Order: sequence, then C-alpha cells, then structure tokens
Amino acid sequence: MTGPRRVVITGAGTINSLGHDVPSTLDAMREGRCGIGPLDLRDAERLSIRIGGQVKGYDEQAHFDRQQIALYDRFTQFTLLAAAQAMAQSGIVLSDEERDRAGVVLGTAGGGVNTWDDSYRSVYEEGKNRVHPFVVPKLMNSAAASHVSMKHDLRGPSFTVATACSSSNHAMGLAFQMVRSGLCEAMLTGGSEAMLCFGGIKAWEGLRVMSKDACRPFSANRNGMVQGEGAAVFVFEEHDRARARGAEILAEVAGFGMTADAADIVMPSALGAERAMRVALRDAGLSPEDVGYINAHGTGTAANDKSECASVSHVFGAAADRLMISSTKSMHGHLIGGTGAVELLACIMALRDGVIAPTIGYEMPDPECALDVVPNVAREARVDAVLSNAFAFGGLNAVLALRAA
Amino acid sequence: MDLRDRVIAIIAEQAMLEPSDVTPEQSPADLGIDSLGLVESIFAIEEAFDMSVPFNANAPEESDFDISSVAAIIAAVERLVQEQRTPA
Repeated sequence: MTGPRRVVITGAGTINSLGHDVPSTLDAMREGRCGIGPLDLRDAERLSIRIGGQVKGYDEQAHFDRQQIALYDRFTQFTLLAAAQAMAQSGIVLSDEERDRAGVVLGTAGGGVNTWDDSYRSVYEEGKNRVHPFVVPKLMNSAAASHVSMKHDLRGPSFTVATACSSSNHAMGLAFQMVRSGLCEAMLTGGSEAMLCFGGIKAWEGLRVMSKDACRPFSANRNGMVQGEGAAVFVFEEHDRARARGAEILAEVAGFGMTADAADIVMPSALGAERAMRVALRDAGLSPEDVGYINAHGTGTAANDKSECASVSHVFGAAADRLMISSTKSMHGHLIGGTGAVELLACIMALRDGVIAPTIGYEMPDPECALDVVPNVAREARVDAVLSNAFAFGGLNAVLALRAA
Repeated sequence: MDLRDRVIAIIAEQAMLEPSDVTPEQSPADLGIDSLGLVESIFAIEEAFDMSVPFNANAPEESDFDISSVAAIIAAVERLVQEQRTPA
C-alpha cells in the first residue's frame, strides 16, 4: 500500500423539502428556492409555530407496500429512499466476503417521532387500550440503519448515532474513519429526521427559539430556526477501489473533527466550535487558506449565528476575508439529526460543480456576522476544499472536511 | 396572593431566592437567571395565569413582553391578563 487510505463519495441520495432526489435538490439550492411553507399536519391550528420545511407531494404507498408501511416510520422511509438512490448512483458491487466489511452508520435525533406521536394519541386521546404490534421496532432510533442493512445486505458495523443536531455529521465522520482505518471497505452513511408532527413541533415551541415567519441565518433581523424533515445518504468508499472500477467520485472526505463544549445544554460556545474546525483541518492536512467554502450550521437563531461567525473568524484569521460561508437551512429548514447529511449535498455541489449555495432570506447585515454569507443568490466559484459544520445542543460539535475529487 | 406577589414568587423560585430578596428594579440577569431560566419563568407565568406570553428568545427586545426588570415583567403580565381575560 502506498500512503494512508483515502475515502471518497461515490453515491448520494436524498429526499427533503427541496426535492425528492439529488438533482432536484441541487437545482433548488442553485436557484435559491425556499422549501419552507405552511405546515400541513393534524392539529396545526393548536400550534403557535405553523411553518416548516415539509417533504411535499409524498405518497408512502407509491414506494412501499402495506407490510412495509406497518414497519417503516416516516424517518425510515426517507432513509430507505435516499439509500437506494445512493447505491444506484455508486454502482458499487460487493463480494459476499466484502459485505461483512461494509455497514450502515446513520444519524437521527428523534427516530420514529411520528410513531410515538400517533401511538400516544391513540392511547391517551382516543382512549384505546392497545397499539399496533410493531410500534417498538418502528419507532426505535436504529430502525432505519437496520432496514438499510437488510435491504442492501450490508453485514459490517451498523448503528445509529444520536447527538441532536450533529447526529449526521458524527455518523458520517465515524463511517469515514472506519473506511480510512481499513476496518471497512465501504459504508452507507448520512441521516434522517421526521419530527414535523404535532408533538414534535410542540416540544420545540417550548424553547422559544423558533421563527414564526422565516429562517434568515446571519441576517440582523433573524428571529429563529425553522424545522425541516427528510434524509440524505451517501456511499463512502476507499479511493483506490473507486478509481479502479471507474466510479464517478463526487468528492473526497478528507478529515473529521469532533469536540464537546462541556459548558451548557443549549447555549453554544465559540471555543468548542473553533476546536472542532481546527481538528478537522489538521486531520485533513489542510490549512485555513486552502478552504474556500463552509456550509455553516447557521440555524438562524441569535445565539448560534453570532457564536459560529466568531469561531470561524478565530480559526481563519485573515483567510476569513476570502472565505464563503452559507446556511442552506434557509431553504430546507433545520433537519435536526438529519441536517448535516442534506447539507453535505451543498458541499458536493461546491466542490464538483463550482456552485456555492446561497443563504436566502438575508435582508440586513449583522456586524456580529461580518463574513461573506453568499446572500440570497448562488455564486460560481472554484473551491478545492470545504468544511461542513454541525454544532448540537449540549455542545457536541462535529465538522467534516472535504476536498474536490 | 395578588398578581404582583405571584409573579415575584415565580421569579424568586427560578432565582432560588426568597421573594423578599427580589426587588422591582432588578433584571433577570441581576438575579442570576440565565436564558433557560427565563424561558422556564415565562412558562410558569403562562401556567399560573392561564395565558399565552409572546416571547421569542432570539429577539427579546422585539417581543411584545418587556423582561428588562421585575417591575416590567409584572406590568407586562398585568397588561396580558387584561387583554386575555376571557368573558365571564
């Protein structure tokens, strides 16, 4: 072997409020289209927050049969659809022996929230004394990883990571490390969330950090986050193997950094985020000058955006002046545990297509977010390396570094 | 207990102080109440007075609910109680 193993992405799949596959999602990001709108869900009139990035025009019966629907929560359905797209694009063929060294690592914060919500409703509100027999295997956070492993016969390390809003980045970071270390040949990785139901939104309302009208990251008049839903899944594969079989390489995963703030259960610390970015850069062998774009965590809350910009300024110093940073949550909403996965698509678009997704809804400069946030309109630019940030409640930070193929 | 004392009791409990140690001119920060404590206090006020308090933690100064001091919070609660009083 010559040098350390490298890891590349050879397949991508998604379903989210911007589209039901990768091309339609990237078109929306390129056009700065917003997937956020009025929530269409039961009892929405009892919510004070009534907007979200819902997956639209989705009919589960068009994709799954009755028995499957009885077992697949919405977050599992989204994951399976995204995984099938990623596998199809990758075209990876694994031998029987290699299937023991290929697995599934996914992120989700809430798992089967719709199943919890529907089942509680039936026993508490409707007074029923029994629920569907598959409630437990349907709602468990690891259900999606299990079904993906079964569907694609991947028998290596497989599990689900739950670190709130960093779940997907932690999952993809671990999958990256497993392929790089030689433990695994290839991995299906990413994440999913489907929390847009009455109970899911009600819980979030309590924290009073949600916007009632729009997600406007970095804009001085931002007033909170907006939830989204969906999934994105990727095939991570060892570089030489992908090259040898002539696979199209979407991007290289070059490094991963994770840290804990060890400070507060909701307020972010600029220092924890800063350390995570530094670790990712060092792991990837990149200097700040090499990075052209950051897909920000950029939630649109007062606290995150200010703290994130401060940490980026510290890490990048003078190089921050040439750096683009955008938050695509302004378009697809915050997918909580699935968000880093959908946001990795914007990183791939930057590296492969030379198109930087914009931060839409940007109306007013904020002196505390004085970076180039690619306001409202996508930009053509050649970038060789990017970072993707995820900073979760509870101070759990996960940053991926990627390079152009 | 009148409205004023009930609001002070809620704030005092959050600040882990005796109600007699809470004075009208103090701000939540003066009392050691952080952002999470503030959100919890507002929830307790909503529950105690059976009303809805318009408050966004992202833009407290733009919310229609003044939290700059204990006196301001009491005044805001008095106003909301008037506004949201359900007809008998």
